[in-house]
Amino acid sequence: MTVLLLAVVIIGGTAGEVAVTRAMKAIGDVGRLSPRSLLTMLGRAFRVGWMWLGLGLLAAAFFSLLALLSRENVTFVVPVTALSYVVGAVMARWFLGERVDPMRWLGVLLVMLGVVLVWMG
Amino acid sequence: MAAPEGIRRGRAVWPIVLMVWFGALGDVLLARGARQAAGAGWRGGSAAAVVLAHWLTNRSLWLGVASLIVFFLCYLLALSRADYSYVTPASASSYVVVTLLGWMLLGEVVTRVRWLGVLVICAGVWLVTRTAACTTGGSRQ
Repeated sequence: MTVLLLAVVIIGGTAGEVAVTRAMKAIGDVGRLSPRSLLTMLGRAFRVGWMWLGLGLLAAAFFSLLALLSRENVTFVVPVTALSYVVGAVMARWFLGERVDPMRWLGVLLVMLGVVLVWMG
Repeated sequence: MAAPEGIRRGRAVWPIVLMVWFGALGDVLLARGARQAAGAGWRGGSAAAVVLAHWLTNRSLWLGVASLIVFFLCYLLALSRADYSYVTPASASSYVVVTLLGWMLLGEVVTRVRWLGVLVICAGVWLVTRTAACTTGGSRQ
């Protein structure tokens, strides 16, 4: 059960963010910023199916995290979820076609390591 | 021809910077508001309406919610302009902000391992922000 919940938190949560990214890339940059253009951005974003899929996955990940925290220790759960940074880079390549060059990979790995250290300290 | 890389990076970076600060601020305000509201509710008796009123009239809670709305807007804005694999690691600098704020303003004790983690995150964020902010498609206006 713990493994299943971790998978939903890490893979489901990251997939949710990737889906939200897909929605935002579909509507593109809003250009000049104003309260009006931000509202337009929101209005467009919520008319893209990817946005709803993403928010659904993020909600599932959130409730799985709560369930996980009620079963396991925070000092175990949170460092493991730092794997999301690596999963995110892989999914960004596969599903969004982003170019993750060696420098970005190294940065992502360092961030993951740093987050683990922060939570262990 | 797309906008020069420096300008594109700037347009992607400031929403991330705001995201980091408003996210941290929102978390702190929500935690403080929840503590105040819960404490006041218990002291004032257990009538549901009284408890609800304490939650609904707590200024920290509302400011916290407002901060998180700003956070979410900046997140969407950042994702519309930059790679997911750029925004996510870069926004891990929130750990640095939260640690520094806790240390300076709240006098929290920060262990050596935690400081090391903060340094490693800084190095990682620095490397990620050396790469091109957006590597997909053409920039749309």
